[in-house]
Amino acid sequence: MKFIQNIFDATRPAVTTGKLKPLYPLHNALETMMFVPDHNAHSGAHVRDAIDLKRTMVTVIFALVPALLFGIFNGGYQHYKALGLLNEAMGWGQFFTLDNFIFGAWKIVPMIAVTYMAGLGVEIYFAGINKHPVNEGFLVSGLLIPMTMPIDMPLWMVAISTIFAVLIGKEVFGGTGMNILNPALTARAFAFFAYPSFMSGDKVWVNTSVEAGQSVVDGFSGATALGQYATTGSTSFGAWDAFLGLIPGSIGETSTLLIVLGGIYLIATGIGSWKIMLGSTLGAVAMGLLFNWAAPHMITESQQQFMSIPFYYHLVFGSWAFATVFMATDPVSAAHTERGKWIYGFLVGFLGIMIRVFNPAYPEGMMLAILFMNVMAPMIDHYVVNANIQKRLKRVKA
Amino acid sequence: MSKTHTIRKGLNLPLVGAPSAQVEDFPLGTSFAVNPDEFVGVAPKLAVKEGDRVQAGEPLFYDKKDPRIQITSPVSGTVRAIVRGPKRRLDQIQIEADATTSYHDFGKGLPQDAETAKATLLNSGAWTLLEIRPYARMASPNDNPKAIFVNGMSSAPFATEASIALAGREEAFTAGLKVLNLLAPQTVLSLHAEESAPVLTQATGVDIHRFSGKHPAGNTSVHIAAVSPLNKGEVIWTITAQDVAIIGDLFLKGQYCLDRVLSVAGSGMETAQYYRLRGGMNLSAFFAAKAKPGAYRYISGSVLTGQRIGAEGYLQVNAQQVTVIPEGQGTDFMGWVLPGFGKYSVSRTFLSWLTPGKKYDLNTKLHGEERAFVVTGQYDKVFPFDIYPNQLLKSVWAKDLEKMEALGIYEVAPEDFALCEVICTSKQPLQHMVREALDILHTEMN
Repeated sequence: MKFIQNIFDATRPAVTTGKLKPLYPLHNALETMMFVPDHNAHSGAHVRDAIDLKRTMVTVIFALVPALLFGIFNGGYQHYKALGLLNEAMGWGQFFTLDNFIFGAWKIVPMIAVTYMAGLGVEIYFAGINKHPVNEGFLVSGLLIPMTMPIDMPLWMVAISTIFAVLIGKEVFGGTGMNILNPALTARAFAFFAYPSFMSGDKVWVNTSVEAGQSVVDGFSGATALGQYATTGSTSFGAWDAFLGLIPGSIGETSTLLIVLGGIYLIATGIGSWKIMLGSTLGAVAMGLLFNWAAPHMITESQQQFMSIPFYYHLVFGSWAFATVFMATDPVSAAHTERGKWIYGFLVGFLGIMIRVFNPAYPEGMMLAILFMNVMAPMIDHYVVNANIQKRLKRVKA
Repeated sequence: MSKTHTIRKGLNLPLVGAPSAQVEDFPLGTSFAVNPDEFVGVAPKLAVKEGDRVQAGEPLFYDKKDPRIQITSPVSGTVRAIVRGPKRRLDQIQIEADATTSYHDFGKGLPQDAETAKATLLNSGAWTLLEIRPYARMASPNDNPKAIFVNGMSSAPFATEASIALAGREEAFTAGLKVLNLLAPQTVLSLHAEESAPVLTQATGVDIHRFSGKHPAGNTSVHIAAVSPLNKGEVIWTITAQDVAIIGDLFLKGQYCLDRVLSVAGSGMETAQYYRLRGGMNLSAFFAAKAKPGAYRYISGSVLTGQRIGAEGYLQVNAQQVTVIPEGQGTDFMGWVLPGFGKYSVSRTFLSWLTPGKKYDLNTKLHGEERAFVVTGQYDKVFPFDIYPNQLLKSVWAKDLEKMEALGIYEVAPEDFALCEVICTSKQPLQHMVREALDILHTEMN
């Protein structure tokens, strides 16, 4: 370890004085990543909790890893399945294969690398301008962004979406802690509206590139479950497969099981708000049941069918689980008060399912619901806090 | 019949080095000092010059804005040095003490009315034992407090137990309460739910309220919020139980004596226990004899709110305890990624949560760098007030005075944010922020 410390010590003078000064935030970020610095408490409390923002963020990354690894396997699995190269009899033996992993990693690892380079580049640039250390928020955003993208997303689009999100979604508001919208969802929304042909439809979720002698199987459709529902009112995927994650979709969103495991880890460590997650679950279930009740009164048959699917289908198809566990719980853009988190969470689930069912053009209602609630969260907090203020005023009068 | 309040939020830091109940004397030595910094809200104006003789209880300096408020010498002796900082700021008044202290005589006998009581308190310097809420600074003789809260149960880590401190001073404590009764219409004494020392439980002329729960259940702000919440414009005075005995002795014996029985604890002490020490005394001989050698932090006060004084430092005049803990040293390779079995955290992000009963020898490491406010809902777990801490702190940060008022800043003191500061992910200097905000508010309002 000593020699690493020596490298940092040797290069420090170069970035604290002279022309390379703008690189100091980068130097500092790398150094504090290798070594938790030896700062001591100088004012206030003399002992401190071991947690810092890096630990908080890396905890979220730990929670994301299972879903990410599954997404990598699934990328290959969906590809080879579309080409008819899988032996259906093998079950999970054909899922966790080296071929699947290599194919998925070949696609996904570059996306992650590009996201981190683009996003951290902007962050470090602004850290230099504003003369503050690089905040760790992007460690998570940088992993969330590729996990919400389809596997065939061109890398330059990923980069532009990321830069847009960090710049417009975060830095213009003052950087980490000040943003109104969830940066990762801002990137996705940007990509969704700027490059719709790469972000929706039935061509983007499964990589169907073929080599010599290969072809896509007859009758293959690359649509997601929600895409099928929106167009036909039914789906060819079973709820159990969707729960396990053996369906096409954005890279990280498909395995509800592993996302729930990640969510349990976040709740257990105290990093993710269980109030938001439970609120969103209740909201989604409430909307699902409401639709079941209202289904017979709908005009078109496909809408009747979509509305009458069992409410729990909504929890395993699409991005509900991923959005609830990893997106809605972003502490900066969610409601800040504990009571507000219930309301915020409930409405995220409620509106997300409503949008996905009512508007076939946006099967990904969760993204829009969370961005909408991000904007509404300060208002929820305002009313919650105001109740407290009123209570105090009333006491004076009494 | 006393009422018991249960405080549900809070945190007791699992520290090693708790004090035993044994009390020991330690020679006071001849080197004393008073730091004007300790008296929040006082603009010091010197009353002595180098070489002057003073008796214990005679003024060293007074408050420019209200000359009635005097800070007096804890010992008799000669003013050895007056230390000034940048811009001739008054930093320290050092006194070479006599071998035996001679006290200024303030006259024996309990006062019969508030005016004589106030006059003696002001003249002797005992006034500085009273703190005002809101603003958490020195009380002003112009205030009309609605109550005086006597704290008999500090819950800070290793805090001095009132029952140990008052053993043998029962008469003084009772007399002190009688004096306080003259100054305000109500006197409230707060005690541990399980307190059994008769001097406290059978105190007369006071409303006894009992509190159970983790720290900050023993903070006076918590007691005020539960018993008689502060509204804008109202004033409450606060004092600790041991300081009430000092006031009692002032009137019984006519002497202002700052001898206190203090808990001296922390892993840096050879034997953590109680010592009889005097406010303002130099602690270098004490630490040399009683503390372990090595890189330690010497704190006049608790690990949460105390003042760092150094191995050669002077005990604060009104210190209520002393703590010695290891100084943090060295970087921590990949500490933010590794499992962290031995790291203390209230979050369960380190695997140390697998050993819940474990006690820690915590050092002064910050464990990270200062960052923007990101995490929410964290402070709420250790902040037992009907106040939104994040929102209040953000208004403090933005220096939005109206918002601070509306969100309840008058009901809190910097010490109430100490636990929030300990567990803060973003390592924000919360106590310092609140202190500044209260000072600004005080300037604006008065």
